Amino acid sequence: MDTPVIRADALTKRYGPHPALTDATLDIPAGRIVGLVGPNGAGKSTLLALAAGLIRPTSGTIDVLGRRPAADTAQLARVGFVAQDTPVYAQLTVAEHLRLGERLNPAWDRPFAHARIKQIGLDPAKKAGRLSGGQKAQLALTLAAAKRPELLIFDEPVAALDPLARRAFLQNLMEFVAEIDVSVILSSHLISDVERVCDHLVILAESRVQVAGDIDDLTAAHFRVVGPRGTLDTLPAGTDVIATEHTDRQTTLIVHARNGTRPDTLGQTEPVGLEDMVLTYLHRAQGTGAPTLQESTR
Amino acid sequence: MIDFHLEPRSGVAPYMQLVHQVQQALRLGMLAVGDQLPTVKQVVAKIAINPNTVLKAYRELERQGLVAPKPGRGTFVTATLAAGDLDAHAELKTELHRWITRARTAGLDDDAITALFATTIRKT
Repeated sequence: MDTPVIRADALTKRYGPHPALTDATLDIPAGRIVGLVGPNGAGKSTLLALAAGLIRPTSGTIDVLGRRPAADTAQLARVGFVAQDTPVYAQLTVAEHLRLGERLNPAWDRPFAHARIKQIGLDPAKKAGRLSGGQKAQLALTLAAAKRPELLIFDEPVAALDPLARRAFLQNLMEFVAEIDVSVILSSHLISDVERVCDHLVILAESRVQVAGDIDDLTAAHFRVVGPRGTLDTLPAGTDVIATEHTDRQTTLIVHARNGTRPDTLGQTEPVGLEDMVLTYLHRAQGTGAPTLQESTR
Repeated sequence: MIDFHLEPRSGVAPYMQLVHQVQQALRLGMLAVGDQLPTVKQVVAKIAINPNTVLKAYRELERQGLVAPKPGRGTFVTATLAAGDLDAHAELKTELHRWITRARTAGLDDDAITALFATTIRKT
């Protein structure tokens, strides 16, 4: 379990002149549930497709579970990938999906797959095309998990699901994680879902990794500092300013204390919640400040 | 058995929310010494939460001396936080009810009552 699940070094993917992913350097420990967040077009799907071995980098390297992605059939068997919109074969029944999975995957866990399908309440004789969005997602999850991979990758697994189906999907996924020894990477727009299920975070924006780390470490190292204007100009070493906002009299900073020390000497300091932290990085990458109440107080 | 829930917008880390819920249940006598906490798998299946978060919460409760794991059987409550005996709670609650009614009659809204309580308890 000591091999990192993903190690990327200056990983870059360009489509013609268009950068999809730029200089991504990551070291994600095994056993984590990783949330990949960022706006559309930030490079989330590109990073996941590179990890799954569906596309090759333009430059830089990526290792998944210590080896190049999709290097051979043994490596393919170690990674389960569920693409966006949880694809299933519309013309095949649920039972046929399970048979196909068994044919194609050497380590297929048949009792596990059948028990899951029964628990979810899927009719084995039903064609996948006639399942609801939530049921399709559950089927795709079961197929990916029953091959007993060491890493499961999901591209926006819950984006198209209604709240009930979304919760059911996440419950099922968390049960898998508790039951089998598996790392997970999933991309999502829903920060509340990420906070609920993930313990490691990668924020992507404008094709670059903005910040990455264990969520508890990140939230313990990000603070909002408020003080009279002009008093927050010098910061202790190891403190990065992620955002600055001024009113006539007051300055508000969002800072990342990389050594984890709370910059209490500066001014009124309070922790920043996960959602605000993510939004601050996304705004910074876009080159825009967060919308504030400043306008009305001027 | 205790039933966990998660409040995503509270700003409190998910594992701390679980810790607080166990502490609260112990204070109110809803959990007693010898009671079993739900297994990790039961919690994750119920509230769709990362299993590591549950483990972290249980480790924290263990560190506080409130629970202990029994290998192969689960995690059990080993101490209580109920202050005094629980019979006193009912009486205090009745008095508090009366006091809150008086405060409302005096024109205080709920925020003012909560603030008054919080500042007074800090000074007492």
